[in-house]
Amino acid sequence: MGATVTTANSEASKTWGGGNEPLGASYGKLMMWFFIVSDALTFSGFLAAYGFSRFKFIETWPLPDEVFTHFPFMHGVSAPMYYVALMTFILIFSSVTMVLAVDAGHRMEKNKVVFYMFLTIIGGLIFVGSQAWEWKNFIKGEYGAVETKGGSLLQFVDDTGKRVKLEDFAATLPKERDHLERNKGTWFMEESSLPTYSVAEVQAGFEAHPNIRVRTEVIYKADAAAKADPKTDHSLSKHKHKTVLTRAESEAMLANGHIVVEGANLVRNEYGSKLFADFFFFITGFHGFHVFSGVMINIIIFFNILLGTYEKRRSYEMVEKVGLYWHFVDLVWVFVFTFFYLV
Amino acid sequence: MSQEHASNTGRIWKVFIILSIITTVEVALGIIKPDVLHMRNLLSMNLLNWIFIILTVVKAYYIVWAFMHMEGERTGLRWAVVAPIVFLVLYLLFILLVEADYIYEVFKSSTIKWNF
Repeated sequence: MGATVTTANSEASKTWGGGNEPLGASYGKLMMWFFIVSDALTFSGFLAAYGFSRFKFIETWPLPDEVFTHFPFMHGVSAPMYYVALMTFILIFSSVTMVLAVDAGHRMEKNKVVFYMFLTIIGGLIFVGSQAWEWKNFIKGEYGAVETKGGSLLQFVDDTGKRVKLEDFAATLPKERDHLERNKGTWFMEESSLPTYSVAEVQAGFEAHPNIRVRTEVIYKADAAAKADPKTDHSLSKHKHKTVLTRAESEAMLANGHIVVEGANLVRNEYGSKLFADFFFFITGFHGFHVFSGVMINIIIFFNILLGTYEKRRSYEMVEKVGLYWHFVDLVWVFVFTFFYLV
Repeated sequence: MSQEHASNTGRIWKVFIILSIITTVEVALGIIKPDVLHMRNLLSMNLLNWIFIILTVVKAYYIVWAFMHMEGERTGLRWAVVAPIVFLVLYLLFILLVEADYIYEVFKSSTIKWNF
């Protein structure tokens, strides 16, 4: 009995009386960590699903360094990866300024916290803007392609293996029909915009330019079986690059043409597998949304710092909590960068 | 507590430099794609991709440990955060990638065709 009473009075009240921090972190910080765990698993699920689709269509998946080749003010120059690398640096740097703000917060230096939080917000905004530009290029497309009746995608190269844009060879035929817009419709009728060229125009242009070949989605594997294939142009097809067809086979494939594809939307895209654009929009979009929310939260905290809220609390722990979220956003980008752009 | 309040700026900049170097190496390898690495496989993945994935995990380690200050947290918190993620991600990848590879084989070698 005596022992029970002692426990109830001292140790038990210490253990169950509240105010304990068994993991050495405050309630808010701990909850931020567990939110991050769940969000990390969400992103893992997305990236694993991307891996699933990619492994499923491993022979026909688009090659990322052929898709993301744009850099501001450098038109027509193929600059794979440079732009995303720049975006990565911007995000890492804004992570650094965030951790410097947290560090200054520990030392209760308000002005430094304000300065570093400001830089962090600017970095985040630049990143979101860059992503918008990246999306714009992705949606607009560059070369154009033709989808066959069977759903596979045909791209075009010249006799040196260089990509050719549709506008460089497609013929101009008398217009088959006009784009149906709402103001021309009889009753609330409209349709999505028509591609710049019709399939017939691409086919006619192809006839007129004997140097053009069709490039399929299939990744060329330089083994004995592939080398014996008479349909493939073996001088233009390189190992681990897309397969280029012979002129005769190109013509036969293009005869199956069904739709001209320019740029990307959620249904089809000119880069290859239809799922590729879906995953691109969904994963980078979800990440971009995180960055955007992060910037908004940072702005709220920034004003709180200016108002002296944390100075009154004698603690800048709130900066530390949003800092955790901001670093997490950077962490996710590191993985998106690897699995979308590098691998 | 006074040690915690000492400035960490030196370490922060050092980690920033490490992260920048790793990213630069990744991008350089991604642009050059040296055949020595790209054409050689280890456990059915080419060496270049192995390097990318390992460097990414190293980057993740530095971000979580230095920037999110996991190195200053208690062991219990570290395990509570890292262990579930590592376990579940490995499990998810194992299940999904093996299944995807199986579907690829079915498309390739059985009568079901999607691309014509």
